[in-house]
Amino acid sequence: MEMKMEHKHSEEKKDPQKMDPESGKEKQDSGDMNHSSGDMKMDMDHSSGDMKMDMDHSSGDMKMDSGGMDHGSMGSMEMPPMLGGSPPADARDPHAYSDGYEYRGMAGFEATDMMMVNKVIADQFEYRNNKGNDTLTWDMQGWYGGDYNKLWVKFEGEDETSANAGEMELQALYSRTVAAFWDFQAGIRYDAAYGTDSPGDRAFAVIGLQGLAPYWFELEPAIFISDNGDFSARLVASYELLFTQRLILEPRAEINISASEVREYDIGSGLNDIQLDLRLRYEIRRKFAPYVGIAWSRKFGNTARLTRASGGDVDVLSLVTGIRFWF
Amino acid sequence: MSNSPFLPLTKRQFVKGIAAATAMASTGLFSNVSWAKADPEELTGTEFHINIGTIPVNFTGKDRIGTVANGTIPGPVLKFKEGDDITIYVTNNLNEMTTIHWHGIILDYRMDGVPGISFPGIEPGETFVHRFTAVQNGTYWYHAHTLHEQTGVYGALVIEPKEAFENERVDRDYTVVLSDWTDEDPVDVFLNLKKMGSYYNYQQQTVGDFMDDVTLMGLGKAISSRKMWQKGRMGRADFSDVSAATYTYLMNGKSPTGNWTGIAKAGEKVRLRFICAGTASFFDIRIPGLKLTVVSTDGQRVVHVDVDEFRFGPGETYDVIVEIPDDKAYTIFAQSIDRSGYARGTLSPRAGMEAKVPALDKLVLLDPIDMMGDMSRMSGDLAMGGMAMGGMQKSGLHKKPNHARTEYGPSVDMRVDFPRLNLDDPGPGLRNNGRRVLTLADLKSPFTLADDRMPTREIELHLTGNMERFIWSMDGLKLNEAKPVHFPLGERIRVILHNDTTMIHPMHLHGMWSDLESPDGGFQVRKHTIAVQPAQRISMLVTVDAEGHWAFHCHLLYHMAAGMFREVVVA
Repeated sequence: MEMKMEHKHSEEKKDPQKMDPESGKEKQDSGDMNHSSGDMKMDMDHSSGDMKMDMDHSSGDMKMDSGGMDHGSMGSMEMPPMLGGSPPADARDPHAYSDGYEYRGMAGFEATDMMMVNKVIADQFEYRNNKGNDTLTWDMQGWYGGDYNKLWVKFEGEDETSANAGEMELQALYSRTVAAFWDFQAGIRYDAAYGTDSPGDRAFAVIGLQGLAPYWFELEPAIFISDNGDFSARLVASYELLFTQRLILEPRAEINISASEVREYDIGSGLNDIQLDLRLRYEIRRKFAPYVGIAWSRKFGNTARLTRASGGDVDVLSLVTGIRFWF
Repeated sequence: MSNSPFLPLTKRQFVKGIAAATAMASTGLFSNVSWAKADPEELTGTEFHINIGTIPVNFTGKDRIGTVANGTIPGPVLKFKEGDDITIYVTNNLNEMTTIHWHGIILDYRMDGVPGISFPGIEPGETFVHRFTAVQNGTYWYHAHTLHEQTGVYGALVIEPKEAFENERVDRDYTVVLSDWTDEDPVDVFLNLKKMGSYYNYQQQTVGDFMDDVTLMGLGKAISSRKMWQKGRMGRADFSDVSAATYTYLMNGKSPTGNWTGIAKAGEKVRLRFICAGTASFFDIRIPGLKLTVVSTDGQRVVHVDVDEFRFGPGETYDVIVEIPDDKAYTIFAQSIDRSGYARGTLSPRAGMEAKVPALDKLVLLDPIDMMGDMSRMSGDLAMGGMAMGGMQKSGLHKKPNHARTEYGPSVDMRVDFPRLNLDDPGPGLRNNGRRVLTLADLKSPFTLADDRMPTREIELHLTGNMERFIWSMDGLKLNEAKPVHFPLGERIRVILHNDTTMIHPMHLHGMWSDLESPDGGFQVRKHTIAVQPAQRISMLVTVDAEGHWAFHCHLLYHMAAGMFREVVVA
């Protein structure tokens, strides 16, 4: 898990290690005490680590926070604190106090600050009761990586319980922390469907953002370009309302739009559909919460027309029961 | 706090715990561990042996394994005399590397016990010999400088002065070690926080709280009082990363049910040497019915000051003297700063007596000044380009904060441009609580400093973080991303600590004293660990006289692990 960090002393003998290393380990070679000895000749190349990222991010925090920081109007004490933005020209160099010394550390140091972490979360893992057209539906995400760079996987889909039919969508993304509350994500998406009327698989390129907007709205906007060159976009927004510390209502909205018509998938151009969900969960533990809720989806415009033509529902209201879990 | 019908019940379950780590120690698998003892022993002399091993413990009803020094939590009290040459053998009987750091002790940096900075750590089966001359006196402590601190490796260290202080004569003298225990693996605690910063916070604002506020203050005010926090995505109840949801708070290794008891009879003067060995917990200490006369902090004497209550954080120590008026029991009450639980003990004329245990204080949410700092300064001295009142050029404390360019990146979720400079604030949750609460402004060293040179340089370090991602850093850079800070040997320097977060960070500089300055530039008090409040900016002087490599970090264990840590090179 932990990265092996290697280190080097600065070339000049600046190391103040002239003290007599007389006392030290009894059982072990006391030479270990003298870290400036040759066996510690390791390379610490900070610049090669993926952690050396461009901190001078000028993109700021979605421009929502750093903008509007008119000091004159701050008296109301209602503005949020400063964050993000571009550092001014005279901003302090964080390394200026090192006077040429390099961070060395040595064997034994646990680089817990560089630990790789992984998380898997199923926001939806549920049974959708929908008048004879019931489905098992899931929406999961998982990531692995450090604080600033992650591999991010999104997996969602539904399976019709009364028929051998269903569809699923898998995204594999590189996710990079670009602002305090925002990740930029890019990668691929693969859609698969099965069953009698299955239109077959599709692949997409994806770019998107994921993060937390002011007022604690979780947002996930993304743009997709299919292997046929069709553009589409999706915005997912959700919010958590705490009735108690464990009883949490989560409204969620999803909007899909498409730049072009893709007949075989019953997609018209313009607004495709809106989904509005409401789930009430009880966190028995942080990582395990059963829930009930409703999910409503409505198709619009040409998408609705195409769906009707192929015998599908354009307005679906389902009762959902499921568990939200993560680890 | 919450309107949850579930929380009060859960909370009661949280705060109690069951007795101490004693019952299990002599039974079961580990009964052959001869050094498993119930209570920490007191070791005196000049030569000490510490064995770090494991014992079965049960603080919550669940059997767990603690890592401990000499078989007890806390480990033995080490007592020696100022001026003595001390040798401490530390043997690692664990199956992984560990260390012991002598917190606050002035010594050779290679004896300081920080793995990766002072030495490579003590490998399993090894014994490391620590040698130093006790050049100081007072109350200190020792602890593993690894995650073993969470699982039990800590204890008190008392250095008797060459000559006893006349105004500190007491009839009894106790060390009181406050700590926090979790049944979880500390690595899991850390990972839970990395995956969800509010994982252990069960005191977040609810719909019910909002409705209450609407009733109390009207819709407009209820919304506006929340606006800046909501917009900034800051929690108003983010006091502790880890709460009683997983912690059982301990006093001298005893849970509240275990009730550590010190004997104290009518008319006696009792010295209590409080040591905060909590890994992620600040405690607010009081003894209802008794005045606390604070006589020293961090081992350093202070001008005596009487208070009802004081707050201290991981790393700090406070010595207080109390006078027992009658043969009654008195509760030593130590609330965690987030009011999720408490540790508790008793002073009583004989064992078995108990006094009433007060209710936990109602949680008081963070104030706007804990995020925005001192807004009144905006139109004041800052606007004058750093020229303070009276046109006199003050120290860097008064200058416009200079954020590092790395604070504009994703590792930092807020910056404070108008920090609070005053020291006379007891801190969030203690303001105007009706009790006389100690502040930094009350602490005054009774001595003048031998080194009264003007500082030759100023080093400004910002305490930074991203709560949502659980990234903790200084100047926006984690330990492994940052270069060390160079303190030039032989100089007297000023270090400015500027807190760009809404949490309190107990900042501990190893190897050299931190001489806190008052806002007007005078010497305030000598400490080794300074708790910097939210949106506060403090200034301290350091006499750079200890050659070597030192740690400088936030003493909240999980902030340190996350990267709020710098190596200091003295050369």
